[in-house]
Amino acid sequence: MSATESNAKQMTIIVTKGTLDWAYPPFILATTAAAMDVEVSMFFTFYGLQLLKKDLDHLQISTLGNPGMEMPLMGMHMKMPNIVSALPGVDAACSTMMKNLIKKKGVASIPDLREAAVDCEIKLIGCQMTMDLFEWSRDDMIDGIEIGGAATYMEMALNSDINLFI
Amino acid sequence: MAELDARGLNCPLPILKAKKALKDVAAGDTLKVLSTDPGSVNDFESFCRTTGNELLESGEADGIYTYLIKKSG
Repeated sequence: MSATESNAKQMTIIVTKGTLDWAYPPFILATTAAAMDVEVSMFFTFYGLQLLKKDLDHLQISTLGNPGMEMPLMGMHMKMPNIVSALPGVDAACSTMMKNLIKKKGVASIPDLREAAVDCEIKLIGCQMTMDLFEWSRDDMIDGIEIGGAATYMEMALNSDINLFI
Repeated sequence: MAELDARGLNCPLPILKAKKALKDVAAGDTLKVLSTDPGSVNDFESFCRTTGNELLESGEADGIYTYLIKKSG
């Protein structure tokens, strides 16, 4: 482990969410921290492991049970009643809207941020238990990641200055 | 002087691209960054304080923010 090899500040993030919107906070913080010379490790568990899959096209937002979500639309803000959110295709349509908005506003895409994370040598660790649980294989995941468990995470966390759970 | 055009990009891209651009700048030399992100004003101050690079200049004109960053030795 690099834990004891350098004097740089260290940060770990446990990534537990596998939706398009929740993919942002961990990748934004991780890449920015790395840009500020922090050594970063990200531990992807449960739904968060979705973010290590080779293909990220399946990432969606869900409007269901999310009263804080407002999409800007023609100068107004659109909220989605739960009864509409529950209809088939609504999540997919809203996700497409969100992706268009992201592009229009110059916000990085999740594939781009993940690539940046790999480029700046952020350590990406996939949770073995989650892979077993959901029957995902190592081949479903991008190259260059490590596989580990809770003890792997704990060792990094004990040596870190900042530990986040997202 | 090296220049980075980060106009139209939103957080955290101006910082990420500045960090990348600084890799090709020699110690003591300066990188000029252009941004349209109002949040980048505070972000570049924090970035420079934390990384030890010197923010020589930070200004705004017509919605374009300009930063001059001197790379630390």
